[in-house]
Amino acid sequence: MDIPEKLKYTASHEWIADHGDGTVSVGITAVAADQLGELVYVELPKSGTQYEQGDACAVVESTKAASDVYSPLSGEVIAANGALADAPGQVNVSPYAEGWLFKLKLSNPGELAALLDAAAYRASAGTH
Amino acid sequence: MSSALRRTPLHALHLELGARMVPFAGYEMPVQYAEGLRAEHLWTRASAGLFDVSHMGQLRVRGPGLFAALERALPVDFDGWPAGMQKYSLLLNERGGIDDDLMVTRLENEVAIVVNAACKDTDIVRLCALCPELEFSTLDDALIALQGPRAEEVLAEGSGLKFMHAESMKIGGAECFVSRSGYTGEDGFEISVPASQADTLARMLLALPAVKPVGLGARDTLRLEAALPLYGQEMDSDTTPREAGLAWAIARSRRAGGSKAGGFPGAAFVDRARSRLVGLIGSEPVPVRIGAPLCNASGTVVGKVTSGTVSPSLGKPVMLAKVDAGVADTSQLNALVRNQPRPVTIVPLPFVPKRYKR
Repeated sequence: MDIPEKLKYTASHEWIADHGDGTVSVGITAVAADQLGELVYVELPKSGTQYEQGDACAVVESTKAASDVYSPLSGEVIAANGALADAPGQVNVSPYAEGWLFKLKLSNPGELAALLDAAAYRASAGTH
Repeated sequence: MSSALRRTPLHALHLELGARMVPFAGYEMPVQYAEGLRAEHLWTRASAGLFDVSHMGQLRVRGPGLFAALERALPVDFDGWPAGMQKYSLLLNERGGIDDDLMVTRLENEVAIVVNAACKDTDIVRLCALCPELEFSTLDDALIALQGPRAEEVLAEGSGLKFMHAESMKIGGAECFVSRSGYTGEDGFEISVPASQADTLARMLLALPAVKPVGLGARDTLRLEAALPLYGQEMDSDTTPREAGLAWAIARSRRAGGSKAGGFPGAAFVDRARSRLVGLIGSEPVPVRIGAPLCNASGTVVGKVTSGTVSPSLGKPVMLAKVDAGVADTSQLNALVRNQPRPVTIVPLPFVPKRYKR
């Protein structure tokens, strides 16, 4: 399973790309996308909404089940991937690129340091 | 936990095929294989899917006065019911609620019954209490469903069977009991095969290019598109046959005014209709799932979704729902999804036409 080295992760299967300017992109990992199966619907947060770390902020749904996505960091939503409305399956096809979910402007960048790196996430998710 | 789960005779095959195994009714069952739910669903509609449904209970009933005795327990009429014909029936409680739904096949001197996995132990206790003179035995055989428009071509041995008929036949050396029925809305078969020969038979069928394995996930979306009710969702011990849209499952002669009316548990209540079952299609792409409340135009809750998914065949949210008896077909309803109202429309059932070979 693809778990890129350059990203950060949470145990709840979100990935975080740190842009280095106080903003991050967030999506769900290939592990999570595979577990869910082909997505048929994605509900994204609205720009301007503030979330605390760990708040449920998006929903990804396959034919079988709906699953919450948690904000991996505290901050304000500055963009959401509207292209997923017509093509939610992009999350399965390209979880780390076209399948991104939303971008945050961080209110507490110090939280970044506690995220998992690829090796720690791989161990946490039980994949090899 | 998982050590307490039972395995079917096809367990090793599921793992070999890359199945994702989940706990279901006390068994470890394949929810999907490597290709995934949607591909498996569409394959069944286009070709032939092979399902392991060995968790279902397979009963044989024998004993003195067999048919008359079973008519005390079930709303069936064995008069004029030829050996080899299968019918859908219901095990009702004293309040007319549905304790289980069953497939009943009359044989020469015995009756074969297939019951839901989660209900099989309580069903047997109940049936034994209602018919103490009869002997109920449980088969350990595997049950393999082969469903789809190419099922007949794949199982040439069964091509002479009519829809809702069953008989014993040899398939690839195994003595099987085969019915022409299923739970997908497609033509197809359910094959009861001795546990020791199930793996060989399944592999023989899967070796054919028309056949692929299909998990319980797609079985659920297939039955939902065909508007086939699921025990525990569309029906339960508080839902009467009429409320579940299953009044037809009571033999005509056993209904009020019939020649053999009543005489089975709950007979006085089977027509109680506090609610009714409807089909719904969502106007927005958001999936609406089991338990979602349904509101009328003024915001009053008038029902709830009993099953819901995004139909792989139609690409739209489809639902079965229990609504108050007074809700008209033309009603504009909203389903509440995460507290947001989403418009849904009552539509005729099934969502996808059944393609049985009658």
